[in-house]
Amino acid sequence: MLAGHHLLSLVIWVPILSGVLVLATGSDRQAGLARVLALFGALAGLFVAWPLYTQFNVQTADMQFTEFSSWIPALNINYHLGVDGISMPLMLLNSFTTVLVVVAGWRVIQNKVSQYMAAFLIMSGLINGMFAALDAMLFYVFFEAMLIPLFLVIGVWGGPRRVYAAIKFFLYTLLGSLLMLVAFIYLFFQCNGSFEILDFQALPLNLPVQILLFIAFFMAFAVKVPMWPVHTWLPDAHVEAPTGGSVVLAAITLKIGAYGFLRFTLPIVPDASHYMAGFIITLSLIAVVYIGLVALVQADMKKLIAYSSISHMGFATLGIFLFNTLGMEGALVQMVSHGFVSAAMFLSVGVMYDRLHSRQIGDYGGLAKVMPVFAAFFMLFSMANAGLPGTSGFVGEFMVIMAAMKVNFWYAFLAAITLILGAAYTLWMYKRVVFGDVVRTEVAKLRDLVPREFFMLAVLAVLVLGMGLYPLPLTEIMHSSVNNLLAHVAQSKLP
Amino acid sequence: MNFSVRDLMPMLPEIFLLAATCFILIFDLFLSDRRRHVTYLLTLAALLGCGWLSFATITGGAATYTMHGMFVDDLLSGTLKLVLYVTVAAVLVYSRQYLHKRGMFRGEFFALLLFATLGMMVMISASSFLTLYMGLELLSLSLYALVAMQRDSALAAEASMKYFILGALASGMLLYGMSMIYGATGTLDITQIGLLLQAGVGNSTVLAFGLVFIVAGIAFKLGVAPFHMWVPDVYQGAPTAVTLFIGTATKLAAFAFVIRLLAQGLVALAGDWQQMLVILSVLSMAIGNITAIAQTNLKRMLAYSTIAHMGFLLLGILAASMDGYSSAMFYVVAYVITGLGSFGMIMLLSRRGFEADRLEDLKGLNQRNPWYAFLMLLLMFSLAGVPPTIGFYAKLAVLQAVMNAGYTWLAVVAVMFSLIGAFYYLRIVKLMYFEAPVDTHDIRPALDMRVLMGVNGLAVLALGILPQALMSVCLYAVERSL
Repeated sequence: MLAGHHLLSLVIWVPILSGVLVLATGSDRQAGLARVLALFGALAGLFVAWPLYTQFNVQTADMQFTEFSSWIPALNINYHLGVDGISMPLMLLNSFTTVLVVVAGWRVIQNKVSQYMAAFLIMSGLINGMFAALDAMLFYVFFEAMLIPLFLVIGVWGGPRRVYAAIKFFLYTLLGSLLMLVAFIYLFFQCNGSFEILDFQALPLNLPVQILLFIAFFMAFAVKVPMWPVHTWLPDAHVEAPTGGSVVLAAITLKIGAYGFLRFTLPIVPDASHYMAGFIITLSLIAVVYIGLVALVQADMKKLIAYSSISHMGFATLGIFLFNTLGMEGALVQMVSHGFVSAAMFLSVGVMYDRLHSRQIGDYGGLAKVMPVFAAFFMLFSMANAGLPGTSGFVGEFMVIMAAMKVNFWYAFLAAITLILGAAYTLWMYKRVVFGDVVRTEVAKLRDLVPREFFMLAVLAVLVLGMGLYPLPLTEIMHSSVNNLLAHVAQSKLP
Repeated sequence: MNFSVRDLMPMLPEIFLLAATCFILIFDLFLSDRRRHVTYLLTLAALLGCGWLSFATITGGAATYTMHGMFVDDLLSGTLKLVLYVTVAAVLVYSRQYLHKRGMFRGEFFALLLFATLGMMVMISASSFLTLYMGLELLSLSLYALVAMQRDSALAAEASMKYFILGALASGMLLYGMSMIYGATGTLDITQIGLLLQAGVGNSTVLAFGLVFIVAGIAFKLGVAPFHMWVPDVYQGAPTAVTLFIGTATKLAAFAFVIRLLAQGLVALAGDWQQMLVILSVLSMAIGNITAIAQTNLKRMLAYSTIAHMGFLLLGILAASMDGYSSAMFYVVAYVITGLGSFGMIMLLSRRGFEADRLEDLKGLNQRNPWYAFLMLLLMFSLAGVPPTIGFYAKLAVLQAVMNAGYTWLAVVAVMFSLIGAFYYLRIVKLMYFEAPVDTHDIRPALDMRVLMGVNGLAVLALGILPQALMSVCLYAVERSL
């Protein structure tokens, strides 16, 4: 067995330590070295994360690869790690995305290269730690610590309004997480002095308390998802962030919110979750429909994709709060798929932006004539974003709509509107950017993909299609954990 | 009563420091300005000697009293004194260059600093109202003079005057409160008072009045709202070396002061002082955090941040439990470490004739020197209480204690104010990382300062990743001493 019993620690610390190493290369005179080291670090991170998949036991819903050692005995905080079918795919997604981000920033980032690369590597390790943490306080430490590199990435390498976006992003997410901290401390005392998430899950609580805890968790995770109406930080952050930052934001950080619902809200306060399900479903449907409409009128491509992300994540929260296997697995598939598709979309916009330094749809037109290879890839990803059957985007959405149909026809009806809206805003953007005549002379001079970009997009294309055609390996991993979670949630925890 | 030299053993560090200070004061007269660094080295040596004496005489066992119970040597005092020596030594190292360039590298500075330290040591070890007051006055008088060290600075003179008048007023209030408690119980001995009050001795009206005055005095010395008016002026007006000292070392003494008075002497009245501290604490967090946003001067901003932090510290005290006191102790140590670095950074960036004490002086620090920017980033996130820095665990421990005492709403209020606080710490990070530098002078601090800055900044991170040791030291010290 590779790496023995410390596999998860490796998955966390290899990226962080390589990040520190990259940071040590110092100024931009060593930029080349920093890039190579960062790529090695990211690949090493992916390499050590790979056994999580190959050695994963799909039969059990228990935590696997667990590690336990005492960390701060004075407060009874432990370094307790473990993964199940819910967190493992997200960790792999994260480790994979890190490689993409490093490659995507290879040429584009010329300023403070080592800091840029290091920020992403360290962030990757912290996010892995967050997904693997089984101790609430350990989770919280990773959860908060990852804000620091992301804050810097947006603020240092972002667009013109980056400062506003970075501070808004940080304060918004901090607001939610501080209330969660209070909730954790409260649960700590209810559990007779334990921060173990699994102890929290077994703890009986009465309904008023559950609802208060639900609100605290909701504040933390809804901001991250982000759910309507606390989504306003996302378009700002997305638009201003550099391509790599947008990719990580969309592919990974948005998943943290949904993961939090699955790991904390549902199992710790199941009765309140049932009680509030209507509320969450309403917000999710508003996100799906209303934000879909908002996306339709965007003139900025990144903003459009940002709004489409919010709409897609609405599907994830909808699926989670339907409380059936199909819905929840659909939500998870949607999360992973959105990780690939949104990453691909942002990378595609990045490819265009690097050439023309504009994200406005109106500045393009006729790309199919000058960049045919790129246009083909962009086509595929747009289709996936619109949820075309055969792409990964379809699988999750379809599962969630089916699950919604079982619960209530109107839920399914409203959710299905997104198939129309999604197709409308994505394909309309695609049409305006790629088809038509080449009007502007700058566009006529554009060059097609370089091998580095081709490689990035090709890998994503394979994954998007692979997941769309054969999603079984993914659903198989989650199956036991999801069923176990649902069985747990079905039991009342009222004393 | 028989007197033997052994009775003096518990106060050996104080006696040594007094002798050493007097020696340094006289010895310095015979030094030419070129040789002034000998005084500096002797001062450090005196602290080192104190450290050795305190460390050698530290006992894990019961408290030893001397001077008819006026002076106590217990684990709490031993631990706090050791932290104090390190803090004062760090203040000296940070200040060396700064004082040189401003013509303040003179014997008085060192003598006053040592006298202030002695005052704090006496406060930390006090077990009688009289000792406590004596230590406090020795500290305060030295500080008034230190603040006014820069004779030609109008700001410093104003700050010193304000500090002196308000400080005298507060001392008066404190003394008045103490006299009432004395009237009600008939003793000045803190342990005795504790026992008598536990037994229900004393007129409750007199005690309540006495308590109000004492809490007001404490609030002034800690600098919590609404007794905080002096803090911003003194922090801004005093030379940064002195601000560094007031902002860090004296907080340790203030903590000991609060513990000796409230947790040891007046613990039977906890029900009363808890309510007062709730008000003081919420007010300080509100005023400190909100007013800090409007500041453009870094020292002044840090002053308001201190007010907010002291409010947070009071949360730990008002939990009135071992957890609470030890979390407050951890908080104060964490704050001192972070504060040392933050004020130290101002001095590190200052040059001859240029004070880097405005927020805009930090602009673009990441481009000028990424290493210092990174250290400052750690310090700011620690002050904001973001993991994985030590400031987070300090906040966590305090919140935990306060919730354990049943004040969940107070914890919610506290985290909301920390959110507001996060804004102005983030603004500093923003200035350093997101903006272009205005000042493009090279930053060339001396080697000792560079090393200390690095150690200090990384300690914030290292103690954040592994806070256990420090946390258990605090818990142990508090548990064995109260």
